[in-house]
Amino acid sequence: MIRSELILAAAEEGHSANPLIPNWWEVLVTAVGFAVLMFLVIKYIAPALEKAYQDRYAAIEGGLEKAEKAQAEANALKADYEQQQQEGYAEANRIREEARAEGAQILADARQKASSEAARIVEQAHAQIAAERVQAEASLRNDVGALATTLAGRIVGESLEDDARSQRVVDRFLEDLDRSEAVGHGFHGSTAAGAAE
Amino acid sequence: MLPIVLASSTDQGGFAPPTIDQTHLPDILPWMAEYGTGFGKQMLMIILSVILIAAFFMLAMRNAQLKPGKVQWLAESGYAFVRNGIGRDIIGEREFKAWVPLLFGIFFFVLLNNLFGAIPFLQLPSFSHAGSAYAMALIVYVIWIGVGVRRNGPKYFKLAVVPSGVPGWILPLLVPLEIISNFIVRPLTHSLRLMATMLSGHMIVMLAGSGAQFLIMETGNLALQGTGVLVILGSVAMYFLELLIMFLQAFVFTLLTAIYIQGAIAANDH
Repeated sequence: MIRSELILAAAEEGHSANPLIPNWWEVLVTAVGFAVLMFLVIKYIAPALEKAYQDRYAAIEGGLEKAEKAQAEANALKADYEQQQQEGYAEANRIREEARAEGAQILADARQKASSEAARIVEQAHAQIAAERVQAEASLRNDVGALATTLAGRIVGESLEDDARSQRVVDRFLEDLDRSEAVGHGFHGSTAAGAAE
Repeated sequence: MLPIVLASSTDQGGFAPPTIDQTHLPDILPWMAEYGTGFGKQMLMIILSVILIAAFFMLAMRNAQLKPGKVQWLAESGYAFVRNGIGRDIIGEREFKAWVPLLFGIFFFVLLNNLFGAIPFLQLPSFSHAGSAYAMALIVYVIWIGVGVRRNGPKYFKLAVVPSGVPGWILPLLVPLEIISNFIVRPLTHSLRLMATMLSGHMIVMLAGSGAQFLIMETGNLALQGTGVLVILGSVAMYFLELLIMFLQAFVFTLLTAIYIQGAIAANDH
């Protein structure tokens, strides 16, 4: 329908209704206009846009590179830190272990020293006691003889200063005493009682 | 549906559909002169497009920042689209940089002039007039032949029309076909594709507008007035389809330019 109208219109007016036939002024204006546009594009617009594009590309690329580098640095730092931490742990463990060993050693030493000291003191005490006992025994032996002689002299009313006889008596008594001491234990008490009588 | 309704209404009331002649408005200088004798609206819009494109990109990039504002971002995105999407992908990494400005100029020149058809009051896609489409196709034609000759010398014409690896006896048949296809049909299809799509879009807008106006205002029949409303609704959908076609044709025109140039550069490679 449009076509029939078109043909009709074209037939009636007989000019420029054919859309394929150009208006040469429009060809010229378009060509010149496009030339002007291309001049501006080539001279100003495209360089600015290309520069912006390259800058952005470089910035993004550079930024990525920078980020990668920072990441690598951070990783290295972390590894370093972890290693140090590991070393620190190991060191601490070692020191603790050493201290424990040392402490045990010190304790053992002290214990040994204390026990040897104690043994030494006990030994000394034993020796002293033995010596004192020997001494006491010796002095007792003398005193008991003299005392008993004096006592017996008073009882019998005569002097038992006659040495030979009294010495024999005392010696015999002391021998008995020794013997009884070797047999039983309660000797000291009975002797003392006997001496007191 | 529209033609049917209009056809039936033609019988009753005499609806006169818009014609190609009506796309040719009277000229501006001299005022209301017959179309084609002076300076017309279409030429004014071509000039307007040059000013708008140059102004937009120059203002957008005047204080270019590494962190772009919205306008700068838009300008850079448009540039990157042509640069990478058309230039680099078609012409190839090695050669494309020298051609980016041309492709960029063509794409935005055609795109804006197409979009003029979708802007109220302007409402005239410049390339619906054959003259502009011819001019652009001619420029591209001259450029790619020039590139081919400069790269390959006069034997470019032989390279362009004699396919390699074809048995000799078929050449008398192939060579004329190649000549016709490459040197005659190519610029015609390049320009007419753009012109025809823009003209048809423009005609549809005019037809829908005048048809709806006629149905609603002049039939006086409620049912037909209803169909007039449907026409308006349908024209809204057509409007968005037109927007898509306007963009697509600008893209196709630029893409073909890149393909022709790439073919001329690489004529020796195949």
